[in-house]
Amino acid sequence: MSEPHPTDIAAPVLSISNLSVQLPVQKHRVLDGISLDIAPGETLCLVGESGSGKSVTSLAVMGLLPKKVLAVSGGSIRLEGEELVGAGDARLRALRASRMAMIFQEPMTALNPVFPVGQQIEEVLKTHLDLSARARREKVLAMMEQVHLPNIERVYASYPHQLSGGQRQRIMIAMALILDPKLLIADEPTTALDVTTQKQILKLIKELQQRMGTSVLFITHDMGVVADIADRVCVMNHGQVVETGALDAILRSPREDYTRRLLGAVPSLTPRPPRPDAAREKVLSVSELAKTYASRSLFGQRRETVAADAVSFTLGRGRTLGIVGESGSGKSTVARCVMRLIDPTSGSIRLGAQEVSDLSPAALRPFRKRIQMIFQDPYRSLNPRITVGDSIAEGPRNFGVPAAEAHKRARDLMPLVGLPDDAVERFPHQFSGGQRQRIAIARALAMEPDVLVADEAVSALDVSVQAQVLDLLAGLQARLGIAILFITHDLRVAAQICDDVVVMHKGRIVEHGTAAEVLAHPRADYTRELLLAAPGRHWDFANFRPLAPAPALAADA
Amino acid sequence: MLAYFSRRVLAAIPVMGVVALFVFLLLRLPPGDPAAIIAGDTATPAQLEAIRSGLGLDKPIPVQFITWIGQLAQGDLGTSLISKTPVTTLIGQRLGPTLSLALITMVLSIVIAVPLGVLAAWKHGTFVDSIVMAISVLGFSVPVFVIGYVLIQVFAINLRWFPVQGFSNIENGLGPFALRATLPAFTLASIYVALIARMTRASLLDVLGEDYIRTARAKGVTERKVLFRHALRNSAVPILTVIGTGFALLISGVVVTESVFNIPGLGRLIVDAVLARDYPVIQGLILLTSGIYVLINLLVDLSYSLLDPRIRY
Repeated sequence: MSEPHPTDIAAPVLSISNLSVQLPVQKHRVLDGISLDIAPGETLCLVGESGSGKSVTSLAVMGLLPKKVLAVSGGSIRLEGEELVGAGDARLRALRASRMAMIFQEPMTALNPVFPVGQQIEEVLKTHLDLSARARREKVLAMMEQVHLPNIERVYASYPHQLSGGQRQRIMIAMALILDPKLLIADEPTTALDVTTQKQILKLIKELQQRMGTSVLFITHDMGVVADIADRVCVMNHGQVVETGALDAILRSPREDYTRRLLGAVPSLTPRPPRPDAAREKVLSVSELAKTYASRSLFGQRRETVAADAVSFTLGRGRTLGIVGESGSGKSTVARCVMRLIDPTSGSIRLGAQEVSDLSPAALRPFRKRIQMIFQDPYRSLNPRITVGDSIAEGPRNFGVPAAEAHKRARDLMPLVGLPDDAVERFPHQFSGGQRQRIAIARALAMEPDVLVADEAVSALDVSVQAQVLDLLAGLQARLGIAILFITHDLRVAAQICDDVVVMHKGRIVEHGTAAEVLAHPRADYTRELLLAAPGRHWDFANFRPLAPAPALAADA
Repeated sequence: MLAYFSRRVLAAIPVMGVVALFVFLLLRLPPGDPAAIIAGDTATPAQLEAIRSGLGLDKPIPVQFITWIGQLAQGDLGTSLISKTPVTTLIGQRLGPTLSLALITMVLSIVIAVPLGVLAAWKHGTFVDSIVMAISVLGFSVPVFVIGYVLIQVFAINLRWFPVQGFSNIENGLGPFALRATLPAFTLASIYVALIARMTRASLLDVLGEDYIRTARAKGVTERKVLFRHALRNSAVPILTVIGTGFALLISGVVVTESVFNIPGLGRLIVDAVLARDYPVIQGLILLTSGIYVLINLLVDLSYSLLDPRIRY
């Protein structure tokens, strides 16, 4: 990972100097004079938070900036010495996929849903080479073999929606690398994937890179991934390069303040010290909860999908319970059942002493206010046409609180969640993602609930904002004694906020214990696998030093 | 795929059954005695009785329905009260002109509208886009008969390229048919060109913002292929829906055009039958148009699944 690279001898594959990109009309600079070089065979990680300009950089290199929205206004981009700024469309098209290729964040939407994936890889060959149909097909199958896809003949004829996320990203990689380009740009290629899949995809990129000698420009916001794959790191902020350096130098001794803050915000994988657990009143008890989806196929066979089965846990006042798992583990199903947004198939859910799993919607109504939810995407969970104050007051008003009092309550909540008083008069689009999540939290708190269900509530946020929102939740919990059911796929976040952790896999609980136990000394194989797949697990980012591997995991490492 | 197709086809049968029941009741539910309407004001009770038993109206309603369905199944739609000709024969004579006109109108509309819509989407926000949208607004807002008369004035009377009115069946040669069908087809097409071009543009604009379009460009695919191969097929479902409904509406909506161009089609038959209260003919025509609706909907649904592999109901 950190062996010396012949950066100063070989000519760089990609050389960006003083590149600026701006909105043509408003003249606002999205990229402001950035410079970076990538040597042959090197992996350069471009890291930064949202809006830092890292994706714009990659699209500028590919010549794929959205026309009429963004335009290169100065500087140079050289690919193996050839100037790309100002190059004609035909020349850029010829270079794409053959000399520089790109893979994207969301492999589902990046593939055309109406064509078999094999055909989509083949299209690269059709566009750039003059081969017979037979030769093309053979080359595609060979490439699919190289990205370790199973049953390549079958996958060749499959449509994107028939493949898993990891398989789709393998197809994207096959498509990008089939012409052996000198430069691969990977824009958050594993962000939408589960950690275990992410680990495999990262390994695959490394493997192919070493075999083909490809240079990789890897864009990510995840410091863990950076620590695992980068040779050098380039930190970006507000359209400028903050600092560039070798991986070790950046992680151990960052020169710039911004880099230090970015690293400092990465939650540690080491669980926080446990809080004393006095015999507390149980506010939520779930036992033997199950949810089965039945679908009837054409000729009447019943197919059952078990989304959750035999799920039991309790949550005490003022405590935080994490439900951790990958996509499809059933964690969101459990959260929705607990909220009674969907009806459980069987099992019991108690709010305090009241059984709510079988209450009718009308009978359930008084209990709704005792359990409130915060959703993942603060951009979509707030009604854009309603002021923040009205959104927050709506809940209490539904429960008979007079309008004036509900609005006063909304106003009083603003300082509590760290927003200015006048925020209640504004609309959601006037706030950043982190601020919107604060609004969502205020909206939930306005109901004065006993339990807060946070479904991936910080997953869409940048690390620095994530840290602030987690602090906010912890502070509110200390003051209000609220219990939090925290659903997350992120073990780092779980380690920092949870008292207890439930690990779910395929609808079942595989491990249940205190966060300190489960995350530091996992007993279940699956938990161990999850921890091993966590990127950057050997690094203590906030303290700029490597970690000694945890004893329980050392044997597997 | 085959299972899905057969299921869709089977599902169309009960729909037609409901339509038949509805048509049957439509003519029996209103107050008043059909026999009295048929016989006229001066009929004697004996004449009325004869008409009733002739039409089977003296039997209970369910029996009447069974009898009627039985006749339907044998392709018997009854006999016109006015011309005493079987309804099937009447419809058969008029179906040719209407169907051929509807078909070439639809083909014409698609051939003009889809490229226009693609062009407008591709040149989104430019002068070209504005022109296409202006044409589309014009097609929507000018009434069909105005367009018809303008076309007649310019191309038939002033330029003398086409005959003013009339129709010639395809069986009598393609030349005379094309000569007489061109103006009516363009007249009818105006609104569908507007509709389909608009839908193509809107649907394509949506799709052009998708990630896989960026992927296609990242592969070095040419802009033309991006548009026609990657984008158009993904935006086809809404376009096809509009074409399907448009075609179905066309069948029953040709009345005005057939009047303007004096074409002996279904539209004229509908008008004549309604004016003369010729119930068996009206019944037959409603059944026929509903049947065409159901058939077209079925075809549209089936083609969805061919266009988009994700669609399975």
